[in-house]
Amino acid sequence: MTGALTPAIAAAGPVIPNYGSQSSKCVVHNHFFCTDWVSHNWGSILWPALRQHVLLTAIAVAIGFAISLALALAAHRYRVIERPTVLITTFLYTIPALALFELLVAPVGANIYSAEIALVSYTLLILFRNILTGLREVPEEVLDAAEGMGMTRRQALLRVELPLALPAIVAGLRIAVVTIIALATIVYTIYDKGLGVPIHAALGEGPFKTELIAAGGLTVLLALGADALLVLAQRALTPWARAKGG
Amino acid sequence: MKTADTAHNEGSSAFAKAGEPEYGAAQGQSRAAELELSGVSKRYAGQREAAIVDLSLTVPAGEVCVLVGPSGSGKTTAMRLINRLISITGGDILLGGRSVLERDARELRREIGYVIQQTGLFPHQTVGENIATVPGLLGWSKQRIGARVQELMELIGLDPQEMAGRYPAQLSGGQRQRVGVARALAADPPLMLMDEPFGAIDPINRARLQDEFLSLQAKVKKTIVFVTHDIDEAIKMGDRIAILRDGGRLAQYDTPREILIHPADEFVAEFVGADRAIKRLSLTTLDELQLMAPDGEKLGAARVPAKASVRDALSTILTAGGEAVTVVDAQDRVQGMLTLGLIEQLLSQEAAQPAQGADGADGAGSTDGAVARAVVEQTREAAR
Amino acid sequence: MHEFVEAFKFIAHNGAVAGHPGLPSLAYLALQTLKVAAIGLAISVAIALPLGVWLGHIHRGSFFAINTGNIGRALPSLAVLAIGDAFLGLGLTVVELALVVLAVPPIVTNAYLGVDGVDDDLVDAARGMGLSEWQILTRVELPLALPLIFVGLSTAAVFVVSTTTIASLAGFSGSLGDIIANETSYHFSGVLGAAICVAALALAVDGALTLVQVALTPRGLRIGRETGERQVAVAPGTT
Repeated sequence: MTGALTPAIAAAGPVIPNYGSQSSKCVVHNHFFCTDWVSHNWGSILWPALRQHVLLTAIAVAIGFAISLALALAAHRYRVIERPTVLITTFLYTIPALALFELLVAPVGANIYSAEIALVSYTLLILFRNILTGLREVPEEVLDAAEGMGMTRRQALLRVELPLALPAIVAGLRIAVVTIIALATIVYTIYDKGLGVPIHAALGEGPFKTELIAAGGLTVLLALGADALLVLAQRALTPWARAKGG
Repeated sequence: MKTADTAHNEGSSAFAKAGEPEYGAAQGQSRAAELELSGVSKRYAGQREAAIVDLSLTVPAGEVCVLVGPSGSGKTTAMRLINRLISITGGDILLGGRSVLERDARELRREIGYVIQQTGLFPHQTVGENIATVPGLLGWSKQRIGARVQELMELIGLDPQEMAGRYPAQLSGGQRQRVGVARALAADPPLMLMDEPFGAIDPINRARLQDEFLSLQAKVKKTIVFVTHDIDEAIKMGDRIAILRDGGRLAQYDTPREILIHPADEFVAEFVGADRAIKRLSLTTLDELQLMAPDGEKLGAARVPAKASVRDALSTILTAGGEAVTVVDAQDRVQGMLTLGLIEQLLSQEAAQPAQGADGADGAGSTDGAVARAVVEQTREAAR
Repeated sequence: MHEFVEAFKFIAHNGAVAGHPGLPSLAYLALQTLKVAAIGLAISVAIALPLGVWLGHIHRGSFFAINTGNIGRALPSLAVLAIGDAFLGLGLTVVELALVVLAVPPIVTNAYLGVDGVDDDLVDAARGMGLSEWQILTRVELPLALPLIFVGLSTAAVFVVSTTTIASLAGFSGSLGDIIANETSYHFSGVLGAAICVAALALAVDGALTLVQVALTPRGLRIGRETGERQVAVAPGTT
């Protein structure tokens, strides 16, 4: 038994399989996957949802990365910061998305801000941990040499520590990006954007298989694609990691 | 052997303009400054014993001073005080007559070459980029850096075309050490600090690297402070040796020869080793000796090159059964004969000379001579 | 804030809503959530833990172990549930199936990384001393792999609780998500109250697992480790 739609979605209206004047037999009979429906509704439903989804993710990861980087650099310098940061970010990470969204609606409202605050929270633990670990894995003697040669702290950080921490940082970004893409499908419960919207709409109708597979499939493809891109980026940025044996 | 005159000329004038001290660099020569440690001490907070106590010594420009001592003697600490990686708690350190404490630490370090045991090469940068680090920090032009990298790589025996683009992970241990040295030399520093640079290398390659470094130093003549725990390395590499004892106190500071002939006290004598007479023999080559005239057509039991050390020659004599050996030059012409008696003479002569150390220590010279004679006597006995 | 006060009142009344007498109580739904989650987790652990541990022990199948983790993370819970709903109808079995699909990857990946990552020298020494493979696994590898294994278990547990509540969005009834998906009946105060309960539930499950981990960790290892430090598997899939 489907629950009633939340107010934000009610306004959007249900999607009817025999939409408009084009209703192929495939759609009416709710077959597995109707390419005609997809091509017909790509521009009006799927593509906007995909765009929104990408935007939601990008904003969340960008902000999350900025915060995590700042925290990790601070923790790298002052050890005391690490423990409380891990505790808080773990706490946030543990709260299920559905709950966190609703919890934020109370103070912030059912809008993009709640959505982004929640999504950002989920990136923090992963990114903070990975960046800090990456920084710590830089070999001691390399840092000693950098300092001994006369680099300032800032120069050593920018020219030596961060580049060498890149593999761990990118690993963290991969996990974060993929996680957020998956979580963003739930954003629709408080803010009707993202690929969760067509999924939800499809659920209300039957469920409407084609739309489900299209939207769900897009989410998965998006995640895998982003992951692959990041792997390529990492390979490009760390040429020394592949050069082995003279 | 050219030392990239252009780079150095630019270097001196650029620094002169900036008001930096001229370290006595004439046109086309590599820079080297005098280093003076004056009453230097280091005490860590909360520790009863000081790490370094009242260390005073002067390293003349262009010389290699080896800091050697047992672990815990503070030799690495002393070295790191010089480039202020560790802060001094008493005394002063003067480079080229100017206190290092007055200068900005970062600027100071860019003027000092720094080589450590694990090399600390930046894994994410190529060989060329590694070497170019300090010149880059100093703001040299791209061409100047490029030329300098090229020159240095040739100096250390690595083909620039092939190797400049490689990453440290692709090099052998010996190659990495050489790159580390090149990197330290890049900005033509007036002083080099080297902390057990060859310690992690296997003995065969270590000897090669030491030899290569010595010939390099013969060309660039830098002021060098070299830390090691190996007395043999100290004797081989140092123009002067500073022996530190537990608690960072200076036991003796002298040339290798003086330390071997006249050790300042019990500790030094022990540290140097009971075989110091034999060690001394490695300091002299055969062509420096007055050899015996060849006895007509009679040949020695073996042939020894004139460039060999007396110590190696002694080894040959012993293997040949204690008989005299023939000394030949590079073209295999006979220079003379070497006998056990000659070696004994050499040892006695050295021992009889008065001590000539900077600290004027009158050591156990006579005992040493007796020991030497005893060694030679026993060898004679065994040979019969 | 006003809404939170209302939410706590809702909780205090065990989810009773004026004018809707037939609605299931909060306690009931919470318990249901736990039940569904527990079954799903148990099945997942039974499948994934031995698999991951074994692969880690023989140091094989890293590609598989690490990439299931990646792919598993990429599957949105809602999509998996929705597809299950579309093709199989949404009953308890399908929900459990979805839970297993989502929970297995983190357990496998972390178990693999944990066991695989045990210092080779230690395993070598143990083998040299004559320990059997099974003994090496139970006495050396597992104790040392515990932190990462529990990272996987906690991740999966929270995942499972979270997905159970999401199942209500897909049309499944029998979890706290029912309330969240049904704002018309429960009003926002109910939704908020349920959300607080879900959060509390997840934190409690996580906390319980941490206690279990501490209990299982041998004393010698506990001393050398900071408590409360959670490691998220840092570099799965790092090339």
